[in-house]
Order: sequence, then C-alpha cells, then structure tokens
Amino acid sequence: MSSQPERLPRQPPPGTRGQPLPDDSAHAPPVAAGEPVGVLAPYELSVNGTVRRVVGAWVGESLLTVLRDRLGLVGTKGACEQGECGSCSVLLDGSVVCSCCVLAADAVGAEVTTIEGLTPPDGLSDIQQALVAAGGVQCGFCTPGFVVAIHDLLSTRPDATELEVREALSGNLCRCTGYGRIVEAVRIVQREREAVGG
Amino acid sequence: MSVTWPTRLDEAVDAAAAPAATLLAGGTDLAVEVNAGRRRPVAVVALRRVPELRDLEITPAEVVVGAGMTFSAIAAELAAAVPALAAAARTVGSPQIRNAGTVGGNIVTASPAGDTLPVLAALDASVELRSAAGTRTVPLRELITGVKRTAIRPGEVLVRIRVPPRRGAQQFLKVGTRNAMVISLASAALVVDEERRTVACGLGSVGPVPVRPAEAEAFIAGEIDWERLTVPEGAVARFADLAARAARPITDHRATAEYRHHAVAVLVGRALRRSIDVVPA
Repeated sequence: MSSQPERLPRQPPPGTRGQPLPDDSAHAPPVAAGEPVGVLAPYELSVNGTVRRVVGAWVGESLLTVLRDRLGLVGTKGACEQGECGSCSVLLDGSVVCSCCVLAADAVGAEVTTIEGLTPPDGLSDIQQALVAAGGVQCGFCTPGFVVAIHDLLSTRPDATELEVREALSGNLCRCTGYGRIVEAVRIVQREREAVGG
Repeated sequence: MSVTWPTRLDEAVDAAAAPAATLLAGGTDLAVEVNAGRRRPVAVVALRRVPELRDLEITPAEVVVGAGMTFSAIAAELAAAVPALAAAARTVGSPQIRNAGTVGGNIVTASPAGDTLPVLAALDASVELRSAAGTRTVPLRELITGVKRTAIRPGEVLVRIRVPPRRGAQQFLKVGTRNAMVISLASAALVVDEERRTVACGLGSVGPVPVRPAEAEAFIAGEIDWERLTVPEGAVARFADLAARAARPITDHRATAEYRHHAVAVLVGRALRRSIDVVPA
C-alpha cells in the first residue's frame, strides 16, 4: 500500500494530466495502522518576521500554496505554477524566488518575506506608490510580484541602469502595461530615494 | 511521508539511501513536476543546507564547483575562471530561477535544453557522485545517457563538478524566442585551449544529449594559426557546417529541426569569431 495524500490543494493527483511519470511513492515503505497518511508533521515557517505553524500539509506542497491556502497570505499571486511568470515572487533569505518552485517544507529555517511584509501598515511603500503614480498598475495581478522584484533590485543595486532594471524584472510577466510604466516607476523610486539621500 | 534537512554531506548521503528518497536542490524542476501532478514525492531530502555542496575551489590545476551552487552564484563567481559556464548560468530563466536553481540540478534533470550541459561537455568536466557505497567520478559525457536520463544510481548524491583548466577564450551562445526567460532552441559552447591547441565545442538542444562535433573540432584546430591566434575567413563557415552536421535536432512544439540545424551553425560560427581573430584567407 502506498501513501495517498489526503489533500492536494490546487494540485491534481498524479496521472490526471498525461502519462504518469515515475512515482516516487512506488518505493515508499508501507504505512503503519493509525499513522496519519500523506501528511507531514507540523512544521514552522518564519514569514515576515513571525513564526507560523503549518499543520496538515503534504510534502509536495509549494510555498505559494502554503502562504495562500494555509496561512491566508493571499497577496502573493499564483498563475503559471512553473516559475515562468513571477507573480508568486517572494524573498527567501533575502533573495527573490518564485514561491511556486519552493517546496514549503524546504523553507523551514529560512526567512520568508512576502508582499504583506513589504507593505507598510499605514499605506503604500515608495515602490507601490510609484507604480500607482506611473500607471504601472492596470489589472494589478502581477503587481505584488513586481513590487518584490523591484524591492530586491533596488536594495542591492539602487542605481541600476534601465537595462539592469529590465533584466532584473525579466522574470515577471505583465500582460497589461507593456512594461514601460513599470520601468518608469522604478526610475521614480530611484530619483526619490536619491533626493532624500537614501 | 517525510522531509529531512541534512546539514552535513554524510547526513545527506545517509538520507539519500532511503528507497523512496527524492533529492531536492533548488526545486525549480522538481516543484514544477509536483505542481503539475507528474511527481509525487514521499520522502524529500532537502539539500540546500549542506555547505559542502556549495563549495567552490579555484586552483591552477582544476576548478571544483559545488553541485548546489545556484546559477546566480556561478554567474557571479566563475566569470573569470570558467567564463562559458558563468555565461550559460546567466542565461538560465530569470533572476528568480537563477537564485534557486543549481548546476547540479541542471545536470541531474538532464534536459536536452539544460544550458550548462553543452558547456560542461565542451570543458570535459566530470562529476563526483557519493553514496553509502563510496565515491565515483564520471565524465559528464558518460553521465548523460539520454533525454532526462543519467547514469546516476539510486542513493547517489551529485556532490561536485570537476572542470579541468583551459587557457583561452570561452563562449556560450543560445537562441530562443526572446532574450529573457527562455528555453534554448539551440545553444553552443566554445572552449579554446591555447596550451593544448584545441577547440572544443558543445552543442545543446540539438540532440538527446550534448553533442561534441569531433570532426569540426579537429578541422578548426588544424586551421588556426596558434602563434598569432588567427583563423582564415574561409575556415569559419566550414567549421560551422561541420559542427551543425554533428547535430541531431528534432522538430517539436518549440522549433523545427531545420531551424535548429541552421541556428546552431550560426551560433558556432559566431562563437568562433568572438574567440579567434578572423583574417582574409
């Protein structure tokens, strides 16, 4: 008998799309009677400086899924689930990554920063404000991912050139703006931070 | 169902010996498979916390690259020592992917479009595999046996990649549908060694495994004036043509075989022109 995940949030069971590929569970040891099937022991994640307990997750659950469906942090968006679109961007120990490509259980011991952690409690950050001002927000779905990527870029390279900005944002797709207004928003933040000596 | 987080290499090797173990490096390949429901891991061994897997050692005799080094780290730290590998790493995915994905994961996944593979093939790199049974070193060209197939045995952990020294120009070029975030339709690595007077070429995305065009390599080594580091104009097209003939591209949803054949010839010629001064015949 192989272990069967009880719940696969937004993730279909194996074999429902195309041919089933090598199933690692074929080699899994039998599950003892009374042992919870398909669920990891509770573990803790540090998200936006707060320790959060994750209960009932299965081993293959992505950080994106855990953030949204288990921890209620729905600012991080999910779209492609394959690292192509950047809408799920978060900081993992300070580096921007796609949270759909991180197994949540592999984020144990790391500091996870989401869009909620980059948004001041009383309003918008300068990056968010500049995106609004420049017209870089249209449907808005990609915006949280862009804010995370721009935050990462400007904290390491505050004086990035336009080419560097475009390369740094190349992992974030926007189907509305054509990117010009998003790049302009970065320029606004750079000018503002330079003016205040930041 | 379990996750283990080894922090030492011996612990990682022990954990990898479990029959159902799934090794996890950056996750950029595995998580995509899991998200799509094509893989269902039950016992994940997360390798990210093993410092030995991120070691980098640069000596005149060898460059030893930890398998867990991310593409971002390779792009930053190997630009001088192994420029073609750094260039390939910089073309992978996006900043998000490069911050997570590792060179070891690229090798183990063994995709025909894996961007580090033609480079490592051209460099005559070999990989060190460790298991409870011991350590063995396998040339990359023997390790990759087919589309997403390798000679890695159950329980083996890819620890490091050994790159022999090469003195001379190196290039990595790839073609895709746009500049960013693209899977190679065709790629080419070129490694010149002025000491051994060789030119090694690795072609990617044009066969099930990285292609080394032996006839093209031998031809161009004989055409180069190694004292002046020049090559006659007429030899460039012949080299590119010979290299492309060694390619075995297929037509798929990304490109036709004819396009890949043409593109790889263009890349090889361009890589040579960037490496060696071309003079009138």
